[in-house]
Amino acid sequence: MAAPQSTQGEGIGARLLRKEDDRYMRGRGQFVGDIKLGGMRDVAFVRSPIAHGILKAVRVPPAARGRVLIAADLDGVKPIRADTALAGFKSSVQPPLASEKVRHVGELIALCVAPTRAEAEDLADSIQLDIEELPAVSDMLEGRKPGAPLLHAAWGDNLFLTTSIDVNFEAAKAKAVRSVTRELRTARQVMSPIEGRGVIAHWDNRCGQLVVHSSTQQSHIVRSGVAECLGLDEGQVRVIAPDVGGGFGYKGILLAEEVALGFATRHFGFPVRWIEDRRENLTAGADCREHHYSLTAYADADGRLLALDCEATVDAGAYSAYPFSACLEAGQIGSILPGLYDFPHFRCRTYSVATNKPPILPYRGVARTGVCFALEVTLDALARELGVEPTDLRMRCLVRPEQMPFDTITKRHFDSGDYPEALRRAIAMIDLAAVRKRQQHAETDGRKIGVGFAMYSEQAGHGTSVYAAWGIPMVPGFEQCAARFTPDGGLELRIGAHSHGQGLETTLSQVAHQLLGVPHDKIRLVHGDTAMTPYSTGTWGSRSMIMSGGAVAAACDELAVRVRRIGAKLLQTTFEATRLDGGFVVGPAGKLAVSDIAKAWYRSPQDLPHDVDPGGLEVTAGYKAKRDTGTFSYAAHAVVVAVDPVTGEVEIIDYVVVEDGGVLVNPMIVDGQIYGGLAQGIGTALYEEMPFDDRAQPLASTLADYLLPGPTEMPNVRIEHMETPSPYTRFGQKGVGEGGAIAPPAAITNAINDALGDLGAELLVSPVTPRRIVEAVHAARAGVRS
Amino acid sequence: MKAAAFEYARPHTVAEAVGLLAAHADAKILAGGQTLGPMLNLRLARPSMVIDVSRIAELGRVEDMGETILLGACVTHASIEDGRVPDPGDGALSRVAKGIAYRAVRTRGTIGGSIAHADPAADWLSLLVALDATVLIANPARRSNMPLAAFVAGALTTRLAPDEMIVGIRIPKLASSARVGYAKISQKTGEFAKALGVAVRDPSRATLRLVAGALAGPPVVMDFPHSEFGADERVILSRLAGQGLENDVYRRNIHLAALQRALRETEL
Repeated sequence: MAAPQSTQGEGIGARLLRKEDDRYMRGRGQFVGDIKLGGMRDVAFVRSPIAHGILKAVRVPPAARGRVLIAADLDGVKPIRADTALAGFKSSVQPPLASEKVRHVGELIALCVAPTRAEAEDLADSIQLDIEELPAVSDMLEGRKPGAPLLHAAWGDNLFLTTSIDVNFEAAKAKAVRSVTRELRTARQVMSPIEGRGVIAHWDNRCGQLVVHSSTQQSHIVRSGVAECLGLDEGQVRVIAPDVGGGFGYKGILLAEEVALGFATRHFGFPVRWIEDRRENLTAGADCREHHYSLTAYADADGRLLALDCEATVDAGAYSAYPFSACLEAGQIGSILPGLYDFPHFRCRTYSVATNKPPILPYRGVARTGVCFALEVTLDALARELGVEPTDLRMRCLVRPEQMPFDTITKRHFDSGDYPEALRRAIAMIDLAAVRKRQQHAETDGRKIGVGFAMYSEQAGHGTSVYAAWGIPMVPGFEQCAARFTPDGGLELRIGAHSHGQGLETTLSQVAHQLLGVPHDKIRLVHGDTAMTPYSTGTWGSRSMIMSGGAVAAACDELAVRVRRIGAKLLQTTFEATRLDGGFVVGPAGKLAVSDIAKAWYRSPQDLPHDVDPGGLEVTAGYKAKRDTGTFSYAAHAVVVAVDPVTGEVEIIDYVVVEDGGVLVNPMIVDGQIYGGLAQGIGTALYEEMPFDDRAQPLASTLADYLLPGPTEMPNVRIEHMETPSPYTRFGQKGVGEGGAIAPPAAITNAINDALGDLGAELLVSPVTPRRIVEAVHAARAGVRS
Repeated sequence: MKAAAFEYARPHTVAEAVGLLAAHADAKILAGGQTLGPMLNLRLARPSMVIDVSRIAELGRVEDMGETILLGACVTHASIEDGRVPDPGDGALSRVAKGIAYRAVRTRGTIGGSIAHADPAADWLSLLVALDATVLIANPARRSNMPLAAFVAGALTTRLAPDEMIVGIRIPKLASSARVGYAKISQKTGEFAKALGVAVRDPSRATLRLVAGALAGPPVVMDFPHSEFGADERVILSRLAGQGLENDVYRRNIHLAALQRALRETEL
């Protein structure tokens, strides 16, 4: 790790205000919906109203002809396929517009264009569908059973993938003294960025290029996907991601809409635009998170965690989404279920089940939110079975700091940290002893007080080796930054990742400022345009501060060398005798501003010696971490709740987070990431649920039915940072973008179960709604009576 | 999610508005648009004409009539929340207005629109039934009044004829000693109520009225002699028989809790 030298307190570690907020907070961001092109028309899609059926006919009335595209019109367009190299994976074929079958409500069937969206919807209304409805798979466990309706007939079953891992599990049985078994479920959720998806496509005749503006996290991956599906060279496709109003994973996929609009604009000869509305987002687009666990935890005679035995099922939906595939969740569960704990025996089988629902997509925290819920809630149950404080059970089996770096029972490589210390601090901050004391007396209002803890780690910036083994359509390699000085001494940083709330325009500026001393108002981040940036797999997996941060540093290091070389010539000294300090190249007998060197290179090259480095002041540099297995930031969350056992109302009284994100480039932005993730985690814990009926019809089509937490549902969260540097990254930084969303369902559910323990009620399904609480309390009482 | 085409009219008098209603069988009245707007955009409502009544001066009036107060149909929730209308007693209107949806909705949403929509989960319906409010109605031929409790025929259904519109609400003033309790149970701020409880206790007349809202149909009114009643679960449940609560422990609990909370407020 290179020791950073601080300059003027605005480099790494500074709580610098976010540069991008100037336009966001004044309503001056430019999103897809703000872009207007001459002659542009709006698109509305005809979507399947049926979850599973044979598409026998699409009838376009004569008046609509010439303004509508159906599958048969898409000459030469290939379907979307996202395969993995994992043994036994079964491939799905997702046509951009459905042709023979429909496999989920909301699947695209026809594309309609008109001068306005309202008129395009009129057109869509005029198209008649003849669909022969088939029995639907609406539940993943039903879908696993023999005789279930088949989504993809050639498979013979509905399993995208099954995985199995067994680490000496049978030997555990002889040593096990106690065990608990729990069946847990997490609801299907819908990612809800403020800005939904949106696409504008047009053909640029001058460049011979299809230009796709899309609200995406991964412009380069979308370019590859669109080029492959449309049979174009990659050079014939330019993808621009302008300002993006929240990603969370929903914008880390190739959309069938992107492919369809890419075809449509060439077909019709004018620019076309589709802006996702909230109903499309809720019912057709952004599904995530639905897991089921049957989990047994065993303890040995010393009251330590001995073994876990798990069968996990993930509802993967109808198709494998590009590029992360249908198996990103279930495929990871087997290796991340052990959490932060050191124990000797483990077994886990996973099933990725195809169902008649929209494809499951990676959402902030990806598989970890469900895994943390299953593991941490079951650990609390084991602690109750053992009659010990849940924190004591955790303390006995957490990986210890002296074991770092640590390879887990499933060969995940924890890079650094002190997990017991995080838990100790959380216990102190939440004042566990005081809560236990308060619980000894009944509350005057009849509510029950409970305290819950949960811990997790978050793998971030994992790279080539991890994804090559996975074998999905995308394997990240070296991350690159193209950096150059402008003639007036400004600095441009071009990256292929994208910033859509993470604050990269600020934090990457902090990295460059640290290394080159250029003032922040002279540093610009250029991102989100395949024509202007180096290739990248984009922003996902909490990778950008590690990978783009490393790439920016590598490019700035090289630029530092370049300016020193020119500066040394102009100062008539040797390269070795110079150093860069505060924006100046300093020699033994004088110094030159970097801006003067830039001016000399670009504007008055006649002043430069003949043997100056012709590479100039523009470099592209690449970066990989010393190990590409990722950093593991981690946290302990602790929460106190008050639960009304009569009405099921839950109030969060206190919430603390002890977080270790390594060296924090901008602690204020990290706090913001934690708050934002936590709001989403609270949504998962208490509110968000997309139910389906037995015909796989989605039952929440507006935000009146799909509840999102708002400002009044957010508690005052207290955050404490530990900063254990990662040994593998440029500045010791770790990825922290997702963690806030991982632990809340587990911590809050543990707190509710703690509160209701003396009533005999235990909640094992998220979200923990008032109805679920009341029914659990009622069932426990009924059980006691019978 | 964009509305299908419709004709749009913006009359300046009630007479013009009801004339348009009479002439267009499937016309819809638009006041604040907080319900009709989404219904149009979702294409659940497809009227041939939308009559925007927000510019009719008469519908914005607020009058203290001595024994009653009169609110025009287009008075917004925000106006009531902010105390820009007279209070019938115990500050009830302002308190209830504050809990309706979100401020942005309250800024546009109107009391007449809420009554016309007759959503059982709406705050005004239960409160104003409890306060014995009267609906003022106009049609092309005449003006008429109807007690709100009779006006609401069922969930999302009123006794308004196709050529009639609401012009205002008249609310009797409470005795100075009367207390109003109001409790809404919902999963989060701004959400529709899952249970509503209203209690109006008037020691001067020795009466106690409870109203349960957010049930399957119109609000359920329970009048008790003031002296005989405590918050007895069995009594309340017997009055709520037939509301489908018997086999649903969650709904039974929250409806009881809302009424009990409202009652407790009147005891303070």
